[in-house]
Amino acid sequence: MSLRSPLRRVLGSGSAHDGVHHWWLQRLTSVALVPLSVWFVVSLLALPSFDHATVTAWMAQSWTALLLILLVLVATRHSQLGVRVVVEDYVPDAGARTVTLALLTFVHAVLALAGVFAVLKVALGGAA
Amino acid sequence: MPARPLSPHLSVYKMSRYTLATSIFNRFTGVGLSVGLLLLVYWLMSVAGGAESQARATRLLSLPPMKLVYAGLVVAFCYHLVAGIRHLVWDTGRGLERAQSRRSAWLVIAVSAALTLVVGYCALVLRGHA
Repeated sequence: MSLRSPLRRVLGSGSAHDGVHHWWLQRLTSVALVPLSVWFVVSLLALPSFDHATVTAWMAQSWTALLLILLVLVATRHSQLGVRVVVEDYVPDAGARTVTLALLTFVHAVLALAGVFAVLKVALGGAA
Repeated sequence: MPARPLSPHLSVYKMSRYTLATSIFNRFTGVGLSVGLLLLVYWLMSVAGGAESQARATRLLSLPPMKLVYAGLVVAFCYHLVAGIRHLVWDTGRGLERAQSRRSAWLVIAVSAALTLVVGYCALVLRGHA
């Protein structure tokens, strides 16, 4: 039996029941980002130079490419989930909030795809 | 807007300074790192575009004001990493007592500051990316 009044149900007030999913994904991506981000920072610091030959040789290694793709995918998801909460907290107007969230979702989708595309292109030898 | 108080109850919460500071700085650094992600993907795309496109991006990315951005990103990364681990520990139900959380707040500040110095030292002194 639901204790919510019919009016509440029609207005859609209350939980959307996807909060746990958001919370859990934010935790999963956090845990994954601990080793991934540390690996990335250490790798950047260990690169002898940032010239094209050095960077592409590094990115073309299978494990580097794999970890970079993972980093881009997990980091963009984590970022999207995070800025979403910030927007939900600080943009009170429902219309502006929805538009901002949609734009941020698009931006993150483009970032994720562009990052994966770039790494694959280099790894498969397309950036010589 | 409904008349009831909505989260975040910034005007209702009675927050001692360390709670407020560690929490808002985690959010602040998170947003900063999102901008860093933008730079990372821009750089990766420039590398994928070939030597010339990377050289063009490098000219932009090595402009003097960018050094401030990278310094900010190092601080943001170190803080968000350590503060995030504190959150993951909280998620297991540990360290939530007031005294423990106060201790861990200072621990987060100390460890992330030390980590920032280590990363900064590696980048500036060992690698010469000044």
